[in-house]
Amino acid sequence: MDKFVKVPLSSQDAMRLEAGDYVYLTGTIYTARDAAHKRMYEALQKGEGLPFPMENNVIYYMGPSPAREGRPIGSAGPTTASRMDKYAPALLDLGLKGMIGKGKRSQAVKEAIIKNGAVYFAAVGGAGALLSRSIADSQVIAYEDLGTEAIRKLEVVNFPVIVVIDAQGRDLYETALLAYRKEALDI
Amino acid sequence: MRTVEVSQITEHIKEMCIEANHFLSPDMRRALDRAARTEEAPLGRQILGQLQENLQIAGEDMIPICQDTGMAVIFMEVGQEVHFAGGDLESAICEGVRQGYREGYLRKSVVGDPIQRENTRDNTPAVIHYEIKPGDRVRITVAPKGFGSENMSRIFMLKPADGIEGVKEAVLTAVRDAGPNACPPMVVGVGIGGTFEKCAFLAKRALTRSVEERSPIPYVREMEEELLARINCSGIGPGGLGGSTTALAVNIETYPTHIAGLPVAVNICCHVNRHSVREL
Repeated sequence: MDKFVKVPLSSQDAMRLEAGDYVYLTGTIYTARDAAHKRMYEALQKGEGLPFPMENNVIYYMGPSPAREGRPIGSAGPTTASRMDKYAPALLDLGLKGMIGKGKRSQAVKEAIIKNGAVYFAAVGGAGALLSRSIADSQVIAYEDLGTEAIRKLEVVNFPVIVVIDAQGRDLYETALLAYRKEALDI
Repeated sequence: MRTVEVSQITEHIKEMCIEANHFLSPDMRRALDRAARTEEAPLGRQILGQLQENLQIAGEDMIPICQDTGMAVIFMEVGQEVHFAGGDLESAICEGVRQGYREGYLRKSVVGDPIQRENTRDNTPAVIHYEIKPGDRVRITVAPKGFGSENMSRIFMLKPADGIEGVKEAVLTAVRDAGPNACPPMVVGVGIGGTFEKCAFLAKRALTRSVEERSPIPYVREMEEELLARINCSGIGPGGLGGSTTALAVNIETYPTHIAGLPVAVNICCHVNRHSVREL
């Protein structure tokens, strides 16, 4: 079902989203991938603050290609989320409401999603040129030395994503393939 | 003896890095068009439609097809009659990558040390495979490789007794484990035989073969067709969100091996299976 949702993501909106929903996000989100997550995690361990508040925010696992002149961003598709699994539960416990990436998540992340009423969205992997059209503005706000892995604040307009894991713990990756499976690859 | 100036190599590599990251080869485009027509799942068709639109935007607006513009994998097939002049070849190749990734607004995704992980900021070094061939030509293949799918690749050191069924099982296991992480629909490159490193090289090179070209060896061709059909019965589908298009092709390369071994490498590539080829 198509839904239009504002970000940052309210707790009510997060609870209402269901695995399989096609969602258009509008508002502010933040990018962070491997190196930025490692740094945020280390900051938390040292008792230091984070570059942006987690409460109700959505992190997009993405490192863009450089923007050409006059454009806000270059190619901007999702990266594989499982590499952030080690760090995600701590951020969810701080109020992070949504993550956008691609690919499977660990059991620990799923449990943290349920516990905190959050959502894991997938954007279409390898569609970075198309997805860049839904990003109106991009500003580096932290860890600039990390280059493409710096933390960026993005303004998105009808950014298309699909709910993969909802706050009830339903996982679209586990159920969607059953409808079209003619032979299991389990050997 | 034919002399080739290395500055020419730099220029070609630069252009090929930019070209490969913005335009897919015609066989890949046709394969995606076919998939969009035959996909059974409505959401799968929608995703395949987005991938076609993405390709169009990439070419028209010069935005890389995928933000992961890869580590530059370069195959250099060099005629033994060729003499390179004007500098050292490896530096000239890396200079081409440096210029291509800068001038083409491509992402710099290479870290200089695998543990210390500081970005080299120019996407060098490249991974370069040299082969010496008869003649006086130079054939260059630039194949930028993204790591969403590279990370899902596998090597299996099978026993001779595992035979062809063992090989099929290995390929299907790798594809099943890759699932949505490798950005399906994928292209599956398989190397069978040789040694540990040779089968990995064969699997990588298999990805540069047209997805419309089958192996000339009859049993290998049958295996390519059977594996593709079985992978597309898995239900994984476009984006891993369910459907009948999980892979666009299975390309298998083989090589003689040792009496005690049956190495199998599975190099998985996403639907952005990029390569640019030129012959000088």
